[in-house]
Amino acid sequence: MGSGRFFGGIHPSYNKGLADSSAIVEMPLPERLVVFFAQNLGAPSQPVVKKGDEVKKGQVIAEAGGFVSTPVHAPTSGTIDSIGIYPSPVGVDAPAAVLTPDGKDEWFEGCSVERSSEGLDVGQIKEIIHDNGIVGMGGATFPTHVKLSPPAGKKMDLLVINGAECEPYLTADHRLMVEHAEGILDGAALFAAVIGVGRVVIAIEKNKPDAIEVMRKAVAGRQGFSVEAMGVIYPQGAEKQLIFALTKRKVPAGGLPMDVGVLVHNVGTALAAGEAVRYNRPLIQRVVTVTGSGIREPKNILARVGTRFEDLVKFCGGLEGDAAKCINGGPMMGVAQYSLDAAVTKGTSGLVILRQEEVAQFVSDACIRCARCLEACPMRLNPSALSIFIEKMRFEDANEYNVMDCIECGCCAYVCPSRRPMVHHFRRAKAEVRKLQRKTG
Amino acid sequence: MLTAVIALAALALLAAFGLAIAARVFAVPHNPKADEIEEVLPGANCGACALPGCAELAKRIAEVKADIDACPVGGESVAQAIAVIMGMEFEGGADREVALVLCKGSDQVAAKRFFYNGIYDCNSAALIFGGDKACTYGCLGLGTCAGVCPFGAIDMVPGGLAVVDPEKCTGCTKCVASCPKGIIRMVPASRKLHILCSSHDKGGVARKHCKVACIGCMKCVKAAPEGAITMDDFLAVVDYSFEIPAEVAAECPMNTIVVTGEAAGACEEPSAAAGGDA
Repeated sequence: MGSGRFFGGIHPSYNKGLADSSAIVEMPLPERLVVFFAQNLGAPSQPVVKKGDEVKKGQVIAEAGGFVSTPVHAPTSGTIDSIGIYPSPVGVDAPAAVLTPDGKDEWFEGCSVERSSEGLDVGQIKEIIHDNGIVGMGGATFPTHVKLSPPAGKKMDLLVINGAECEPYLTADHRLMVEHAEGILDGAALFAAVIGVGRVVIAIEKNKPDAIEVMRKAVAGRQGFSVEAMGVIYPQGAEKQLIFALTKRKVPAGGLPMDVGVLVHNVGTALAAGEAVRYNRPLIQRVVTVTGSGIREPKNILARVGTRFEDLVKFCGGLEGDAAKCINGGPMMGVAQYSLDAAVTKGTSGLVILRQEEVAQFVSDACIRCARCLEACPMRLNPSALSIFIEKMRFEDANEYNVMDCIECGCCAYVCPSRRPMVHHFRRAKAEVRKLQRKTG
Repeated sequence: MLTAVIALAALALLAAFGLAIAARVFAVPHNPKADEIEEVLPGANCGACALPGCAELAKRIAEVKADIDACPVGGESVAQAIAVIMGMEFEGGADREVALVLCKGSDQVAAKRFFYNGIYDCNSAALIFGGDKACTYGCLGLGTCAGVCPFGAIDMVPGGLAVVDPEKCTGCTKCVASCPKGIIRMVPASRKLHILCSSHDKGGVARKHCKVACIGCMKCVKAAPEGAITMDDFLAVVDYSFEIPAEVAAECPMNTIVVTGEAAGACEEPSAAAGGDA
């Protein structure tokens, strides 16, 4: 296991050296926090606070809006100053609460109290994970309790804890593994118990030797746990690619990892879920890598959910030189921000700030059918044909060519000599195909 | 020589006989009126009548399954011609409707939030924070509506703003469906006074985003006949069932109201708009 390799992929410059040796530092409370109500994939959470409300740290400010949804909690104690529309870092303007901390940072009753997880049954654990707002922290923010609730009859035999962190620049997961190995493994053990699997693999790319070493030591005493050093190739951390590299099992098109008996969770998710169960601590903070050549002191910051990007930048000594572009997430899959008013959400793994000379402004050209994208696409799609269909607004054809299986990793756009905005095309097509599917039922 | 002529003549006769029988046996009942009607229909096959093409509509009309004015594109003149073919009376139906882009904020007057360098298409641009304009309701100006218009009735004026030519517009509503911002509305062609804004932002915000935005001051509401202009969440909206006197346009402090036939669509102020790069 571990030596396997998935099809396609690319080797971008990783630039992880900027922040991978700086230990996680906790950021002091900023003057105000902007907490988005919708912080998970699936149904948006429903706000339960109004302007002027006093809240305590960990108090629910938005309730789950359905099964595939999670509550959102106040990241500190203070007053809800206003509720308005703010630029959410994922590329939409969304409703958020502005919270002015009172500085006391007081926990809501019952939160952050140590308890024993012994005697809790599977249902109770899932409920605790849901109530504490745990979502996938690799960036997709899919509610964790849903992933832990496979339909009856799905047999699973392997839990993968994803510490690949293949996205360039980001080092948040790397530092978590180095500094919180035991916490991650406790969370992983919890997941394994919930879904009833005996084998747990912690998958880490080989470019993080210190993390591999620490994790290897930490798993030594644990039955069924092992650490796999994975090849350094993007997108190694993509669920389906990681599963194939580890087990040679192929997740069917449109299917989920559970279809091949595997469950994949990010290291940050494991840590957060472990803490939620052990201490009843809601997900109100996360590690954010603030890095790039456009920032004075790149850091891995333990920041409250709702911390504005501007405050993160200030905490890192401010912008450096002619900083020109700010990306939420990594440069491959992240979303460029137009304002530092956006704020950290549960899925914000990093903030990459690039200088003018690193920011390419280009005009895209016609496809020359060189087929480099076909060799790079880890999903074995035909990005060339897809992009041409979409340009011609032939969304049904794009659907026939499985545009819905695109994982938006950006490998095709990375290798394209015509600089075609592939992922942008595919996102558009996915939206249109979903519209078509709704129409036809 | 003779044999050849006879043989060929016999073959020709045989074929003619066969064809004659086939024409009788396999004859498709055909309504000659349908052909005539198809002749007078615009022939753009645009689908505005919700049928697959002009031929199908002609057939329906000939079978009296569709109204003689069912082609919204052809309008009155086509309906009149069809009425003659069908031997019916056309009383002149409802007012012709044309599309109208409810935005006047070209780049000269509307601020931008960031520099967009993506696919030149409104629907794609709208995926990124809803577009580059500071006003989240405004026309993105990338011409998706102009691209889908089968009649070339939509012009992109300099500064990125779609303007419909009411003369060329046939009311097929394709542009209405194509606009990601949903700011194209069908209005009666006879009405000339329009409020060219879709922003539901409060006055101060709207003014900051765009120099020709409706700021919800309600001056036009008071000047117009009662009920002709109503407020919908900080936006003045025209009820086209009313005739509104052209003088009302002068009441607007933001120059948002236009009277077509005078100074339509595009804006006159060439002042530079504030804008920032992302």
